[in-house]
Amino acid sequence: MFHWLEKHPFFFAVAVFVVISFAGLIEILPNFAQASQPVVGTKPYSTLELAGRHVYIKNSCNACHSQLVRPFKSETDRYGHYSLSGEYAYDRPFLWGSKRTGPDLMRVGNYRTTDWHENHMKDPAAVVPGSIMPAYRWLFKNTADIDTAYAEQVTVNKVFAVPYNAEIPMADGSKSTVKLAATLEEAHADALEEAKAIAADMKDQDVKDAVAAGQIPEIVALIAYMNSLK
Amino acid sequence: MDNRPLEYDYTVAKMFMLTTVVLGIVGMLVGVILAWEMAFPAVNTMLGEGLAEYTNFSRLRPLHTDAVIFGFTLSGIWATWYYVGQRVLKVSMAESKFLMFLGKLHFWLYMLVVVAVVGSLLMGITTSKEYAEFEWPIDIAVVVVWVLWGMGLFGLIGIRREKSLYISIWYYIATFLGIAMLYLFNNMAIPTYFASGGIGDWYHSVSMYAGTNDALVQWWYGHNAVAFGFTVPIVAMIYYFLPKESGQAVYSYKLSLLAFWGLMFVYLWAGGHHLIYSTVPDWMQTMGSVFSVVLILPSWGSAINMLLTMKGEWQQVAASPLIKFMILASTFYMFSTLEGPIQAIKSVNALAHFTDWIVGHVHDGVLGWVAFMIMAALFHMAPRVFKREIYSKSLMNTQFWVQTLGVVLYFTSMWIAGITQGMMWRAHDEFGNLAYSFIDTVSVLHPYFTIRAVGGTLYLVGMFLFAYNMYKTMTSSRRVEESELQNASPMGA
Repeated sequence: MFHWLEKHPFFFAVAVFVVISFAGLIEILPNFAQASQPVVGTKPYSTLELAGRHVYIKNSCNACHSQLVRPFKSETDRYGHYSLSGEYAYDRPFLWGSKRTGPDLMRVGNYRTTDWHENHMKDPAAVVPGSIMPAYRWLFKNTADIDTAYAEQVTVNKVFAVPYNAEIPMADGSKSTVKLAATLEEAHADALEEAKAIAADMKDQDVKDAVAAGQIPEIVALIAYMNSLK
Repeated sequence: MDNRPLEYDYTVAKMFMLTTVVLGIVGMLVGVILAWEMAFPAVNTMLGEGLAEYTNFSRLRPLHTDAVIFGFTLSGIWATWYYVGQRVLKVSMAESKFLMFLGKLHFWLYMLVVVAVVGSLLMGITTSKEYAEFEWPIDIAVVVVWVLWGMGLFGLIGIRREKSLYISIWYYIATFLGIAMLYLFNNMAIPTYFASGGIGDWYHSVSMYAGTNDALVQWWYGHNAVAFGFTVPIVAMIYYFLPKESGQAVYSYKLSLLAFWGLMFVYLWAGGHHLIYSTVPDWMQTMGSVFSVVLILPSWGSAINMLLTMKGEWQQVAASPLIKFMILASTFYMFSTLEGPIQAIKSVNALAHFTDWIVGHVHDGVLGWVAFMIMAALFHMAPRVFKREIYSKSLMNTQFWVQTLGVVLYFTSMWIAGITQGMMWRAHDEFGNLAYSFIDTVSVLHPYFTIRAVGGTLYLVGMFLFAYNMYKTMTSSRRVEESELQNASPMGA
């Protein structure tokens, strides 16, 4: 049989394809419907949070920070409850990372504050002596891209039925709603409101001035995102 | 009948040889910068605060991996394909104007993609998925480049004179099919600009898969991009170049059959080992773990087949630096494919995952196996392509030892760093509290990061020696006759 295959490239290629497709069919397909169900308390991202998530991705924060708490005592002691599949239901893409040069950030919103992040991003080693993380000062100058974040919200709402403007059950039995603005202008106004609350906790005068003038620096969006990680 | 030997046309092979060297240096240079940044964070702002955004670790890290995988390695794969393909199929590219045109188009479109990738990654335009960072416009271009190669590949096979496909061709076909399947499925995304009616950046997209599913598809891809980019085509190379250079027949045809079909079937299952103790179902993690161990068989099958090809001819390893490169590559292949399965065992993975041990594993595979084999292939090709002897044998020897030392420093330091950090993360004191804060586990790594940076720098120095040797071979080395090009490549002192 193999001698015959080696003389018939077409059938050879078909045979290779069949053999390499097996694993994907059996391992990946069956899980698809099941794993994307959100757990109670998992909300989609607001426009500003999503813009912050884009800043996180743009700077490859995931190259050094994981967002996956494994079910070991040493990890739950350090980072909080281990990760559940449904908590990632609205993460497109997932940001688990593959290397922990810095600590896990899955639940960083539980134990770090806006002003901690502000100081840390400006000079990591001043906040954590010995830190090898570079400073991210340009985040204070660049403007966050609210347009693209809003476009993504509209897309996931339309294509994947991500529940914006819908009641979402929370852990304490209450309901919560994440708004999807009807227009881009409204999205900008909403994001700015959220940004103002964060800028109020910050010290950097340039950032405060920018937000007061209706601009949202990347750092504000990033902090909004990190505060949402719980 | 005309009894003249066939004149092969290496125009396209030469183009890819050039990009192999250039992109190899670029990718490894970025890697060395990254290594020094981890050892000495001040390097992050080496070009000043103003350019820090483009020189800092996180912005450069995807550029390093992609330049080495899709720049250096892919160029090497194609350089060897446009050389090996003609020779084992017994047809010349010159015989078909169409295939020649396809080959050149393939190259220039690939160049275009390289430029787009470098630009977009530096600007921070990325999907964040490892080795699949490119946004959809580049993905489409990648698919076109891949299809062009596929047309050239099957086109050449279509007009072949030698009816039986040699082992290397099996592996090139598998490379083409495997990457095509993986790349397409993993990069499925919806452009937000079009879905939202024209809002935001036109190139932005959102993944078709969410959370755990996304992770599952990504690591099915990520792991198998290693399979079909770093293993399968490199095995294709060694099956051609080692027997050619040594003048020895492949040790066992049956073993090559077993290793090929075994590798094809088993490799894809092992992707789950990247997700052990994550939120993917337990049975998939176990499957990934078990198949990783099974994977030792086909991997070692090829490696042992290659080592036994040298049976009775071991003096060649001492005599020829070119054989040295290939034998060390094959040895590193065995080493790396044993180390990987060990890391895939659940209890070992609990310690190793997220640490530098994984980084060490990747680099003993890529620097020791992939890069050594590609450079050996280029050394073997150079005298046949340029009709000149290899410029300097002693330079080759120097390069071999400098780079071997570099790899050894690299992986030993990363082993120690990874295991140290993994142990410190999980250490508890007598009251059950965590023994170390996170920063303790970072500060302790400084010496190992420094040793790694030195190892990486040595390897890069070797790359420059390689580039110089190739350049001199191409331009000013002694011209050789066809009769000198039977097996062992001619080398100057």
